Amino acid sequence: MKFFEYMAKEVFRERGIPTPRGRVAASPGEAAQVAAEIGAPVAIKSQVLAGGRGKAGGIRFADTPDQAREVAAGLLGQEVRGYRVERVLVEEKLQIDRELYLGIAVDTARKSPLVIASVHGGVNIEEVPEKDIVKRPVDITLGLYPYFARGIARRLGLEGAIARQFADILTRLYRIFRDYDAELVEINPLVISGDRLIAADGRLNIDDDARFRHQDLPEVSEATELERRVREIGLSYVELDGDIAVMANGAGITMATIDVLAEYGGRAMNFLDAGGGAAVEPMAKAMAVLVSTNPKAIFVNIFGGITRCDDVANAIVTVKQQQGIPVPLVVRLVGTNEDKGVAILREHGIEAFRDMGEAARKAVELARQGGER
Amino acid sequence: MAILIDERTRVVVQGITGHQGSFHTGQMIDYGTRVVAGVSPGKEGQEVRGVPVYDTVEAAVEKHGATASIIFVPAPFTKDAVLEALDAGIKLVVVITEHVPLHDAMEIMARARLKGATIIGPNTFGVISPGKSKIGIMPNQIYTPGRVGIVARSGTLSYEIAASLTHAGFGQSTVVGMGGDRVVGLSFIDVLKMFEQDKETEAVVLVGEIGGTAEEEAAEYIKGMSKPVVAYLAGKHAPPGKRMGHAGAIIERGRGTYQSKVEALEAAGARVAALPWQVAELVREALR
Repeated sequence: MKFFEYMAKEVFRERGIPTPRGRVAASPGEAAQVAAEIGAPVAIKSQVLAGGRGKAGGIRFADTPDQAREVAAGLLGQEVRGYRVERVLVEEKLQIDRELYLGIAVDTARKSPLVIASVHGGVNIEEVPEKDIVKRPVDITLGLYPYFARGIARRLGLEGAIARQFADILTRLYRIFRDYDAELVEINPLVISGDRLIAADGRLNIDDDARFRHQDLPEVSEATELERRVREIGLSYVELDGDIAVMANGAGITMATIDVLAEYGGRAMNFLDAGGGAAVEPMAKAMAVLVSTNPKAIFVNIFGGITRCDDVANAIVTVKQQQGIPVPLVVRLVGTNEDKGVAILREHGIEAFRDMGEAARKAVELARQGGER
Repeated sequence: MAILIDERTRVVVQGITGHQGSFHTGQMIDYGTRVVAGVSPGKEGQEVRGVPVYDTVEAAVEKHGATASIIFVPAPFTKDAVLEALDAGIKLVVVITEHVPLHDAMEIMARARLKGATIIGPNTFGVISPGKSKIGIMPNQIYTPGRVGIVARSGTLSYEIAASLTHAGFGQSTVVGMGGDRVVGLSFIDVLKMFEQDKETEAVVLVGEIGGTAEEEAAEYIKGMSKPVVAYLAGKHAPPGKRMGHAGAIIERGRGTYQSKVEALEAAGARVAALPWQVAELVREALR
């Protein structure tokens, strides 16, 4: 789960990391009020979960509260990088001498937290030459000590008060990383303004799997309405932009199903992983959602391991009987209890394929015919 | 020989009294796995499928000489269960549980490194040496003993490929599920090294997917391997920025793309199948 910038900065502030003075606003009037409180000039930043806001025109400046009202009115309700702007962050406009980058991510190869720092901030860290980046893994059982942070400051060539502040900020940032079960915590840019370091922008992405430890945190969802509906059933769902609805069991095979459809010239409308061992009821609910999206065809691709083919068949039949399946349906069903599953489908006039390729080809063909209808 | 496990491996099931734990204990016993004990705190003295249950892993080790553990404990308690196994001296821990927090996984791996133990998973289907033993949840009937090693990030997709190999007459030496999470115990390289050393393995199938850089790192090692490698990767048509089920399967900031992985693997001399059922044919070519 990603936090909005203003939420990340609230966490930074609570944990003693300096941030610009400012506050979030949901209306032009509120933006003007914040600008008046903190004193213009101000920066007005769209609160969206996408990077590259600046280039997309999502960050603007204002010299007076009235101007802040106008600018906010222009941003609120607009789309920036595909996200609707519902709030803006109104902040003091900083005097920027230099910009640094500071982040903590998870190094999957080393299986440990990784501190990433650079004297080139304000840009995507991927664009900074590797030689200008300091990367150091942290021993998660030890934690991040101040000496470690001082060492990184030194490697960046920072000195004096700035080096001290940098080490302090990094130590605090690591505590946030751990306390919030973060996947990523980032300050970019970390601005040198006179003799002060200030977190001018912030990201905090929290591991969804650790939600049970953080039930007090607000919910920020990037999911579409449809994605939310299927995820509430407990299944993994992602909307795509094709016209063949897909249900398979397991993330790998669902991705492979999408790829196979594409190889035959079809396009998947979604990724629906019914998971391992999904029961009849959630599968039927998920099927019903797929039907409701009105695809040109539905392709169910099951290799039953824990998932039992008769459960899948019963889920399909339930949907067929309760609401009908008005679009072409192709089922590939092999594995645990295959014979039972195939028999149940046959009783209800549904043919099951054994071969994945053959089934995928059929689904593409039916979707194409549906398009010509 | 087989890698990681064989018919002598003595297994303790943590979370044996749960729904999944008890079911798969039965499945493993049916396959021939030596399940010697189960652990469920507070349930010592019970039996599940004829297997004695203890409160602690330590008791299972002391009384039955357990050397490997399989974890069916809910995600919030998984870290505790794995640390317990490691401290009791277990050298191979298979973590079936999904949705284990990332930070817990990192702590588990750090501890395992210190203890010289191997972790498979989290979010894995386990490991099987057909005809000898299995520690996992994979369906029994699709495997057959043979000379092809399989290492995979995803479960069902690897079943698909194992079944098609079996159908084509290629048995398997060992099949290892690394797990679909970002931080997992065994990497492709770790497993490839074991297969390279294993006398019973003649060719290796690598089942990967988009996201992360594990396949690119594997390619570096494959360059120096004496045994042929066939790969299949899922996610060719997955859009960037969308997590496709697995925690690791996401193309982020342009990294972890299908194309970069295929290029790295092909440059290393691996044969890459465009479709899952082409794997068996490529294995046939490789072994010719």
